[in-house]
Amino acid sequence: MIIDHPLLGPRDAREFTYLGDAALIDRPDGLAAGAEDAFYDYLYLRDNPAGLHRELWYHEQGDRSWLVVTRDTRSHEITQVELARDVALALGRGA
Amino acid sequence: MRYSGFRILREALRGHRGWGPAWRDADPQPSYDIVIVGGGGHGLATAHYLAARYGARRVAVLEKGWIGGGNVGRNTTIIRSNYLLDGNEPFYELSMKLWEGLEQDLNYNAMVSQRGVLNLCHSDAQRDAYRLRGNAMRLHGADAELLDADAVRAMYPFLNFDDARFRIRGGLLQRRGGTVRHDAVAWGYARAADSRGVDIIQNCAVTGLRIEGGRIRGLDTTRGPIAAGKVGVAVAGHSGAVMAMAGLRLPIESHVLQAFVTEGLKPVLDGVITYGAGHFYVSQSDKGGLVFGGDIDGYNSYAQRGNLPVVEDVCEGGMALMPMIGRARLLRMWGGIMDMSMDGSPIIDRTPVEGLYFNGGWCYGGFKATPASGLAFAHLLATDTPHETAAAYRLDRFRAGRMIDEKGMGATPNLH
Repeated sequence: MIIDHPLLGPRDAREFTYLGDAALIDRPDGLAAGAEDAFYDYLYLRDNPAGLHRELWYHEQGDRSWLVVTRDTRSHEITQVELARDVALALGRGA
Repeated sequence: MRYSGFRILREALRGHRGWGPAWRDADPQPSYDIVIVGGGGHGLATAHYLAARYGARRVAVLEKGWIGGGNVGRNTTIIRSNYLLDGNEPFYELSMKLWEGLEQDLNYNAMVSQRGVLNLCHSDAQRDAYRLRGNAMRLHGADAELLDADAVRAMYPFLNFDDARFRIRGGLLQRRGGTVRHDAVAWGYARAADSRGVDIIQNCAVTGLRIEGGRIRGLDTTRGPIAAGKVGVAVAGHSGAVMAMAGLRLPIESHVLQAFVTEGLKPVLDGVITYGAGHFYVSQSDKGGLVFGGDIDGYNSYAQRGNLPVVEDVCEGGMALMPMIGRARLLRMWGGIMDMSMDGSPIIDRTPVEGLYFNGGWCYGGFKATPASGLAFAHLLATDTPHETAAAYRLDRFRAGRMIDEKGMGATPNLH
């Protein structure tokens, strides 16, 4: 697989390590009410779709940026690559 | 029809005209007491033990393709019971004992071959870990022997003992481990279940689960609706898709694991060797092909094929361990889809939906578990209580903090 890095261009997927579902960006508030349930969902449960999957890849052998890659789990085709930083800011997690 | 040497002789003299199909290609009935979703090894074994040991009648197995066409036909056929943790080892040792009696139980030649499984070690720390594991295995009634480098050399003199990175310093040997003809496991269980009246319904994909008032009532399938008192789902690899029909999210990701086989060779390797440090394991099939593999690719996939970096990694491991493998030509490679769970261990449990039961999360170790998984799932379906060896495989263990994490990796499915 070739991941088209937004800053560096096309890079071999073996330069990256894989974390999993991009929903992991949206870490729950540990002090909010219901935090125990929220963290159980966050840490252990997955949608695990057969189809488009937004997922976190870390450019460990490169510029060490985190990317959000949209990839079809049935064909491995990559349709979108974003900087995870931009995704997190769009979620309002920059404050 | 009972298979025997006498039967073969009789048929040979009569031109082999007396053999019939090993099981009926059944059409779905309107309703069943118990419906098993998934006609793989685990589903068929469940149906067999339900009928044979728990007296269940009106049982059906639904398979979206043909039986034996899923993961039971895509694995590398290894059986072993070399686990460390209390939640696992009694279960896998039960599975080993069931393998040992399988062919007599099913009256079917599954080519169970206890040729030995050897895990190589390369450091003092790894040897200590294997000593611990071997002792845990023996405490649960399994067999284990710790070998030094000379003993390994006597068994497999062709290995590369003096690799610069991973010198072979010994290994943990389970002589009762080995291989089984995987397709014959599916066929044997199917034939045995069918002979006790289980309907095996192929080309029948489940498209919906009928749930009313928190209780399962039946299923919608591509061959029409089927009413069911209880439904057991055993579709590892695709558990998420089926359980989503019941509105459940699982502690599971689907990953691809690749496997490889070379052209047929004369006998060179009479056991199973695992080289965990080099991400490689190998055995030789009875047909002569070297069957080998390594790690999962490491990203979510339903594609049943992997990518080249892992092919290279596995082949490098093979070359580092047994350089002569470089002379063999690769014949085929393929991928299978694994339910990778959050602690690397399986789930056999009830679900929040009354009458709906779940069997999955087998990671890359489902094949060896087939008989015990079937027996434990049958026990759960028939009695509503977990089998004593599978009591730790609860769906809620992640919430409760009772993980069974052999590798100590935590909630990272691609590292188990």
